[in-house]
Amino acid sequence: MYQHTRFNNKNNFFQKFGNLDYILLSCLLILGFISLATMYSTDGGEILFHTRSHFIKFVIFFSMMIVISFINIKFWFSLGYLSYAVILGMLIWTINFGITASGSKRWIDLYFLNIQPSELMKIFIILCLAKYFHRVKAQHVNSFYAICFSLVIIFVPMSLVIIQPDLGTSLLIAISGIVVLWFAGLNHKYFFYSCLLSIISLPIIISFLKPYQKLRVLTFLNPDRDPLGAGYQIIQSKIAVGSGGFTGKGFLKGTQSYLEFLPEKHTDFIFTLFSEEFGFIGSVLLLLIYSIIIYRVIRIGALSRSYFAKLFCYSFGTSIFIYIVINMSMVLGLLPIVGSPLPIMSYGGSSMLATMIGFGIVMSAKTHSQQSIA
Amino acid sequence: MINISDSATKLNSLNRRMFILATAKIIILGGIVSRLFFLQVKENKKYLTLSDKNRIREWKLPPIRGEFQDYFGNTIAGNFEAFQLHIIPEEVEDFRYVIYRVKELLELSEKQFKKIIKKKNEIKPWETLIVSDNLSWEKFSKINNHLYDLNGVKPVISISRDYPYKENFTHVLGYVSQANENDLLTNENIKEKFVPGLKVGKTGLEKSFEQKLIGSNSVERYEVNAYGRRISQLAFQKGDKGETIKLTIDTKIQELSNELLKEKAGSICVMDIYTGAIIAMNSSPSFDPNSFVFGISQDEWQLIRNNPMKPLVNKSLSGNYSPGSTIKPLVALSALENEIIRPDFTVQCKGHKNPLELYGQTYHCWKKKGHGFVNLREAMKQSCDTYFYEVARRLGVDRLSITAKKFGLGQKVFKDIFDNEKIGLVPNTEWKKNALGRNWVLGETIITGIGQGFIQTTPIQLCLMTAQIANGGYKVYPQIVANDDNQYSDKFAPLYKKSQNIKIIQDAMFSSTNEVRGTSYRSRLDDPKYQFAGKTGTSQVKKITEQDRELDLKTFQIPYQERDHALYVAFGPYKSPRYALSIIIEHGGSGGTVAAPLAKKLFRMIVDRHEIRKNYDNKKYLNI
Repeated sequence: MYQHTRFNNKNNFFQKFGNLDYILLSCLLILGFISLATMYSTDGGEILFHTRSHFIKFVIFFSMMIVISFINIKFWFSLGYLSYAVILGMLIWTINFGITASGSKRWIDLYFLNIQPSELMKIFIILCLAKYFHRVKAQHVNSFYAICFSLVIIFVPMSLVIIQPDLGTSLLIAISGIVVLWFAGLNHKYFFYSCLLSIISLPIIISFLKPYQKLRVLTFLNPDRDPLGAGYQIIQSKIAVGSGGFTGKGFLKGTQSYLEFLPEKHTDFIFTLFSEEFGFIGSVLLLLIYSIIIYRVIRIGALSRSYFAKLFCYSFGTSIFIYIVINMSMVLGLLPIVGSPLPIMSYGGSSMLATMIGFGIVMSAKTHSQQSIA
Repeated sequence: MINISDSATKLNSLNRRMFILATAKIIILGGIVSRLFFLQVKENKKYLTLSDKNRIREWKLPPIRGEFQDYFGNTIAGNFEAFQLHIIPEEVEDFRYVIYRVKELLELSEKQFKKIIKKKNEIKPWETLIVSDNLSWEKFSKINNHLYDLNGVKPVISISRDYPYKENFTHVLGYVSQANENDLLTNENIKEKFVPGLKVGKTGLEKSFEQKLIGSNSVERYEVNAYGRRISQLAFQKGDKGETIKLTIDTKIQELSNELLKEKAGSICVMDIYTGAIIAMNSSPSFDPNSFVFGISQDEWQLIRNNPMKPLVNKSLSGNYSPGSTIKPLVALSALENEIIRPDFTVQCKGHKNPLELYGQTYHCWKKKGHGFVNLREAMKQSCDTYFYEVARRLGVDRLSITAKKFGLGQKVFKDIFDNEKIGLVPNTEWKKNALGRNWVLGETIITGIGQGFIQTTPIQLCLMTAQIANGGYKVYPQIVANDDNQYSDKFAPLYKKSQNIKIIQDAMFSSTNEVRGTSYRSRLDDPKYQFAGKTGTSQVKKITEQDRELDLKTFQIPYQERDHALYVAFGPYKSPRYALSIIIEHGGSGGTVAAPLAKKLFRMIVDRHEIRKNYDNKKYLNI
């Protein structure tokens, strides 16, 4: 009996290896391949800086994800608060000693790479809150203390990111946090009221927005207001996607991106380029791959034994879903432009690192699905 | 320690909420897909067009201008290949070095060089910088020989306007120059076809026939990037060359008239009396229109502008002159037509001692001693002023003005072909009342009878008048463009009441040139083949005072601006008239000594050229 449990708890390496989710892994690999091909296209059909760098990052972080999957989920549980605190420290560090680029301090220099702590926070806030709600008893979830604590957990990093300033990422951090609260069983009425409150206070919030952010909202409402200025990105993005048609213009043949009409084509607008070149079919296929990935993440959560793992997987899957939806809605002209990358597809090390850590923890939940956490 | 039931409630809630969210996710995903469908399938056409509009840009090239030909098909305004030097700054590695090297090779002045540098700073680096728009062949080949050293420099051959006969046709054709803002505002066609460097007609026929001459642009279609840089050429659409316009002018006669007017200010017009075709039309002094094609230099422009002989004025059309005695045939004709006088009507010209006196004013004949008793023929022959004072007095200005207008005075000869054509002035009593608010006085009628006073005519009007007398008194419409198929219903309509009257006038003009004591007797041609008939005229620029009359100065003794204009109108050959001409030499002196001799030279050539012209017509007829 003892032998049995021990055998179960301490899975050997090969068993863990066998327990890896190969559907998820292959989907991630396909996605990685697609993102590399797209990056190759943004470089104008040559292997230049972006393609090479993206490839290296994908390989490193993908391997890192595999490594993470072999680490017991308990380890991540125990690391929940600490990692959150470390990232928080990094955010404070960013504010004081960050690298300034295009008007905001988002990066810190770690000598071998520049890292964007706000991107990491998107994942570690889920980890932290998941750990917290794992411990809170069911009847205490809606207690004043619990709500206050979780709101503090959310608001502190959020405000630290806002002052960088980086509205997009801070919103994504908040959304990640709120998703966990939702799954943890916070009463619906709180969400309802806060929604109401935010709608009422919208004019006040707008008055606090920076001029360029106000412009973005106005531009979203009417992109033709200033077609060469603020409305340029959204108009050109829509033209690119729309002109792609059903089957697309063909790989490396996206005129909008080749002739440099597309802004930020490596990062936020990568989907535009993909959609222009591969058309409606390609876009739907890409969405399908993302859907499978999210489904697998949630499936892993459903199969996990521990509440922590479930909560993390559900929240992580949902967050990824929301990131994708926000990014795509933005490039398709459904939402105002906020800086939000498309997971894995977009160029950007920190985003990739965070996403891969997330998938690693999910994979670890899979390999340790029978692990219960006290 | 978490108990089982607690854990179970939490898990239940978690799974329930996951289910709610999963449903929401599917709906949202559906929304994204439908948005994609909307943009990429439903609105695809719209965005495809927008995308093409983004990336495809068209460049218009200057159209190739139509040519002008003379009657015999010689090109009088054509196109030539101009050697130009272009640099695209972006394609040059070391711009400073290259531009200094070019400066050295082309021997550019410091001023020109600074202008180029200024131009370079105004354009985008990938736009073409035109360093020189008209290089000589030597410099062009020099550049070509040094191309190895001049990376990014492009020797270009471009099409530009050329006037091979230089100053000969300036006033007829006008000239072309860079289109300016005013051209764009006034002419839609130019605006539509405008490209930087487009040359358009500024005056003369070049301007009048702009629509036909301009042609259509060639269009290059390029794919461009977001910054407007050309990436690749997609298409080339060749434009049409402008129409070639053939004139009725004979270059040989035009050249001769130019030769005859050298160093003088004046005009020569030659016309076919039956077709109205202009054989030559020259205004002097002239200038070389080629200097305007690439922009005239300030010095050269000032020289032309400030020349007291006014080279910029087309004297044939815009010069208003008192016709002087050249009006006399018309005065006589009018009097005959109105049956005021008969050809044997006689007046005694008593000379300066006994001038005609009217209300205290005296009216002198030009001849000091007087002509004695003269009839119409004698009076025309010797240009007796006293005779025509009396005729005019009896005729009255109103009847004269009707005849004058019938013969084409006081109105534009070329409708609207030339925008600088003047209408001249044929006065009558009503005109004076309206224009000056005073009543006509008899003295004004008297001087109108010898072509002085208010009456103003242009040389081309005098030419037309003479032509219509020469052809027997029939209306003609002058034309300068060959194969002008404008049909006028009253073409060749008789302008006389009795054709005998026209004969009398023709005969009187014949006597003036070909009989002893005729005012242009010395310029006659005896060979009947060339023999012509004409009437001299000397129009005063200022009133002759008693003092002047006593001094009786020779022309060269009078200051230039105060000298008389010399005029001559003629037609020939007398046996079977075909051509009429008018000659005006500004401040030349007397018509008989200055203007008439030119007609002699002209008629020799005109008659000789007539054979060639006829043969050319016939041959052309056979070719068809």
